[in-house]
Amino acid sequence: MIEVAYDLFTSRYNYWMAIILMLIGLYALIAKQNLVKKIIGLNIFQTAIFLFYISFAEVTGGTAPIYLPEGPDALYVNPLPHVLILTAIVVGVSITAVALSLIVRIYEEYGVIDEDELMKAVRER
Amino acid sequence: MSIIHHLPILLIIGPILASLLILAAGWYDRKLCYPIMLLSITGQFVASLVMLRQVIEDGTIRYYLGGWAPPLGIELVIDSFSGFVLSTIMLLALLAIVYARRSVEAEIPADKTVSFYVLLQLLLIGLVGMTITGDVFNLYVFLEISSIAAYTLIAGTRSSRSYVAGFNYLVMGSIAAGFILLGIGYLYVATGTLNMGEIAMLLPAVYELSTVHAAFLFLMIGFSIKAAFFPLHLWLPDAYTESPSAVTVIISTVMAKVSVYAMIRILFTIFTTAYIIESFPVTGFILLIATIAIVAGAILAIAQNDLKRMLAYSSISQIGYIMFAVGVANQIALEGGLLHILGHAMMKGCLFMVAGLIIYRMGTSNMLELRGVAQTMPISCAAFALAGASMIGIPPTIGFMSKYYLVLGAFEAGHWLYAAVLLIGSLLAVGYIWRFIEIAYFGDHHHHKGEETAGSEGPTSMIAPMVCLALLCLLLGIFVEIPMEIIGPAAAILLGGA
Repeated sequence: MIEVAYDLFTSRYNYWMAIILMLIGLYALIAKQNLVKKIIGLNIFQTAIFLFYISFAEVTGGTAPIYLPEGPDALYVNPLPHVLILTAIVVGVSITAVALSLIVRIYEEYGVIDEDELMKAVRER
Repeated sequence: MSIIHHLPILLIIGPILASLLILAAGWYDRKLCYPIMLLSITGQFVASLVMLRQVIEDGTIRYYLGGWAPPLGIELVIDSFSGFVLSTIMLLALLAIVYARRSVEAEIPADKTVSFYVLLQLLLIGLVGMTITGDVFNLYVFLEISSIAAYTLIAGTRSSRSYVAGFNYLVMGSIAAGFILLGIGYLYVATGTLNMGEIAMLLPAVYELSTVHAAFLFLMIGFSIKAAFFPLHLWLPDAYTESPSAVTVIISTVMAKVSVYAMIRILFTIFTTAYIIESFPVTGFILLIATIAIVAGAILAIAQNDLKRMLAYSSISQIGYIMFAVGVANQIALEGGLLHILGHAMMKGCLFMVAGLIIYRMGTSNMLELRGVAQTMPISCAAFALAGASMIGIPPTIGFMSKYYLVLGAFEAGHWLYAAVLLIGSLLAVGYIWRFIEIAYFGDHHHHKGEETAGSEGPTSMIAPMVCLALLCLLLGIFVEIPMEIIGPAAAILLGGA
């Protein structure tokens, strides 16, 4: 039983890591009170998805997807997920930028970045 | 190789150039921004109508980006479903832009107008891209373009609450986008392609794989958050209430409809009816949640005192009607659902325009302070009554027609009880629509802030699009054959598998 579980973990440990990271990110996003920490959680969550994409592109023994002397017969990793994630990273950076600038504006308005205190301040106005 | 042939890509490239031009022109003179914006949206609207005609006459348009055929390249697909949604959203966008001009002057700080118009243009690019793309990853990219623009636009008013609303929407929206990205990843793992048509072709072989089930659930949850499908609607009321009036009109009509469109695409074009009914029976569950959404949204709407917030909750209820059609999943119900996409865009656009004009004129959207407002603003209240009648589903408005088809579809599928819930939803709609009508027409005359500045009801550029939409609610209900001509084939495409 333990051996099966051990096999299940080690044979697909990259996916397990992605899942664990994703859950850490989601937890921070939901449970943390500090708005900046929420955004850090969001970044961890997104990074986990990026790692998931990159790890399923891997081919055992594959090289970088460039034109080698062997020509198209060379064994190379799948380049498409890499390109997709390049786009997704750009999206992630812009979302972080928008989120942080919103937090700056919220801090200027209310003087707090704690969620509970912010809700109290919003209700009082 | 005429210019008509390249219309699908021009529909995206043109506005991107326009958004840069708006930014550049804004440096020189802020007044130039609006005409450029209006011109580019008008161009997009005309182009969407030309393509709709082409689709009706010659069938689906497929455009390969850079001439690369699908398995390698990205394709843009305009079939009768996306053509229909495209022209609906462009019509609404055009009217909202006409309406936006004076409303923006009143609600957005003068030095922010340039960036406001640039963002509005980017939002529309993202939404148009989502509608016509035939590639799932492209769908995600356009979704993010529109979402980032929307987060910023919602936080764009002078009121400090809008920052909080924008932030909360950003957190929810990013989780949704993350789920969608993950779902797309699973689909890619299962099939090895990102093209919607190819995926639909390759999926039946792997329907039983748990990877595919996971992909389906992630995509469904992601798009349910985006479309504010009950109970994942929590970001919606604040976002709709706090954003500038012109933005509310656009996100409540155009953006909400495109999110629903994307969900229907995923359900019917990628996974096809065979999957959602037989392999992974989910339609019954969607139907159940949709009926809960219809009732809960309407009850919450009745409990609100703020006009915009009430309309926001009513949106949750109306999204339920569209998802009801998805849950029933037969030809007649789906026709009703698609008609409701058009109808709800018209009526909710009109109602939010009225709310925006009331804020513009009276300075408040609190219904308790709006007693007897019909004496000051007769045209707006008449438009509200007309669009409200459509919301309730009084014949011969378009709201009646779509609900009629939905009920017929539910009968055909034998869902008698669910059909009864549709009628209860209509009764509850009477509750919240009538509440405002009663306050506006029969309330004790209340002394308003706006009343000292006697004179016209508001700028013509705000009244005209509002009246136009209210009349369309009525006319499209009477001449329902015109939209049905395109909706019939669209529903057939969805059910038949692309």
